[in-house]
Amino acid sequence: MSKLLELKNISKVYGDLHALDNVCLSVDKGEWIAIMGPSGSGKSTMMNIIGCMDKPSTGQVIFDGKDISKESRRKLTEFHRDKIGLVFQQFHLINYLNAVENVMVAQYYHSMPDEKEALEALERVGLKDRAKHLPSQLSGGEQQRVCIARALINSPELILADEPTGNLDEANENIVLDIFRQLHKEGTSLVVVTHDPEVGEVAQRIVRLEHGKIVSDKKNEQFSEQQEVSL
Amino acid sequence: MNKKHRMFIRMVMASLVRRRSRMIVALLAVVVGATILSGLEMIYYDVPRQMSAQFRSYGANVIFTPSGEGYIRPEDLEKGAAQFSSEELEGYTPYRYENTKIHNMPVTLAGIDFDSVLKTSPYWHISGSMPSLDGETLVGAKVAESLGIKEGDDITAVNTFEVTSETDTSDIPSYELYTDPESGETYCDHELDLHVSGILETGGSEEEYIYVSLKDAAALTISERGYDIVELSVAAMQDELSETVEKINGSSVGLSAKLVKRVTASESTVLTKLQSLVFIVTSVVLVLTMICVATTMTAVITERRKEIGLRKALGALNSSIIAEFMSEGLVLGGFGGVIGSVFGYYFAQFVSMNVFSSSITFRPLLIPITIAASVLVTGLACLIPIRSAVDVDPALVLKGE
Repeated sequence: MSKLLELKNISKVYGDLHALDNVCLSVDKGEWIAIMGPSGSGKSTMMNIIGCMDKPSTGQVIFDGKDISKESRRKLTEFHRDKIGLVFQQFHLINYLNAVENVMVAQYYHSMPDEKEALEALERVGLKDRAKHLPSQLSGGEQQRVCIARALINSPELILADEPTGNLDEANENIVLDIFRQLHKEGTSLVVVTHDPEVGEVAQRIVRLEHGKIVSDKKNEQFSEQQEVSL
Repeated sequence: MNKKHRMFIRMVMASLVRRRSRMIVALLAVVVGATILSGLEMIYYDVPRQMSAQFRSYGANVIFTPSGEGYIRPEDLEKGAAQFSSEELEGYTPYRYENTKIHNMPVTLAGIDFDSVLKTSPYWHISGSMPSLDGETLVGAKVAESLGIKEGDDITAVNTFEVTSETDTSDIPSYELYTDPESGETYCDHELDLHVSGILETGGSEEEYIYVSLKDAAALTISERGYDIVELSVAAMQDELSETVEKINGSSVGLSAKLVKRVTASESTVLTKLQSLVFIVTSVVLVLTMICVATTMTAVITERRKEIGLRKALGALNSSIIAEFMSEGLVLGGFGGVIGSVFGYYFAQFVSMNVFSSSITFRPLLIPITIAASVLVTGLACLIPIRSAVDVDPALVLKGE
């Protein structure tokens, strides 16, 4: 399987603090990776670098064969807009736009807004009937599903999720994980940053970070089994 | 309009309409600024008209005198007065002076039009009442004091003139006629009985005359003639008055026009200073409005830092975010400008009624000027906080830092 993303000897230094220390990681196309670790292990820093929202102090980020670690801010913005869909723990929906408008915002910055397509994306996460509701009228789980629909709308090559179930109850957590399973089945690459073992263990591969270093990187042996059980 | 433009408008309008409580605060700041600006603009442009009317209480500002020997004919007066527009011309009063004797003391008598004199001399203070009938007189306070005349007295004015072959003596009683034994010439001491309806107090030279109607002045002298002088009160600026006066003097109208420099020059000075004052106040208000709107917009935009970070995380370029937030500010400025124009008119009306005791003139041209100024000020006020807000790091903002 060809590589979608490669982090080569990535370090990120804030003063004396090494948030990431000589990290190497590769993600294949269509792969589902969970990045796990305790608070302060460097998960968020790694997510920001993968999501093109931050640059490494040293090292290379190769995305789809292209080194993006030296690109300008503007180029990085354009790059992540075209290639990456973001899912946040806090959902981060625009509170004065309704569900379908929140999805269309991602289209607006990417290419051309299309309400029909946005409604289809909401239908995919089971929220078509809530399309005209404002975020304040949606439950946490529904808001996260809108956030996922927004991440999917531009057909990104990679879905990058930061603690996607951190604010959800068990029922909503299962709904979100089922959506991820579906996306993975359709060939979308997923990188999920989490400290929740239950969320990490449903991924195809689990990478553990501690003190800015990868301490383990192994395949989830039970992955195929789980996929079959859930789907 | 393509889908992108429609989405842009949809986002801007959603922000304005669905964030009502926040936007009302910002709108209030813009409306208050636009109201004061619009009101002061109206006052600034209306001050000359208002003050011209106020200055008329100082008396006449233009005088007509005969162009050569003789008097001002009524038809020439009409032609001269017609050079001023009816809106500007507050009124005019012709004066005809005659020498007379009262209680054997020489007094100057002025024949005037009692109906119009208060328009040119609104400062006249009368103890008693203004003459309304023929045979009634207004006596200057100094004359009244020296001759012991009081309101309600009956007095007799005597006019002495030489009787010539051209004098019509048919209405002159014979006892008024006498011949000077030395020169052998015939004179007439023509009498006119007058009832004193009021005493005139001005503190000026007007108190040295007695005033009768033009008809009584003609009856006293048994002659119809023109006027010695005409006072005019015109509500116009000095430059405008000078232009009209030059026009009259350059024409063939049989009279000479002059500005009462004492009045017009001081009017002009006061007016220039007053307009400068209003201009400075307007400028200061404009700056304060900008600061006020900038402060409010800074608060409104700062609380949306997370949204800006999110938009950047979704791939928005800084220019897109600036365009969106500026558009919100400009719509707010335009809407605030419209409301401010309406409120500003009522504000100016309130000020005008309380200061000048007259209503303000509505000037439609000031509405687009106010809206444009409001949009410009709000735009400038938004630009600074927006420019600093778009520099946020989306990663930090979305993490809640």
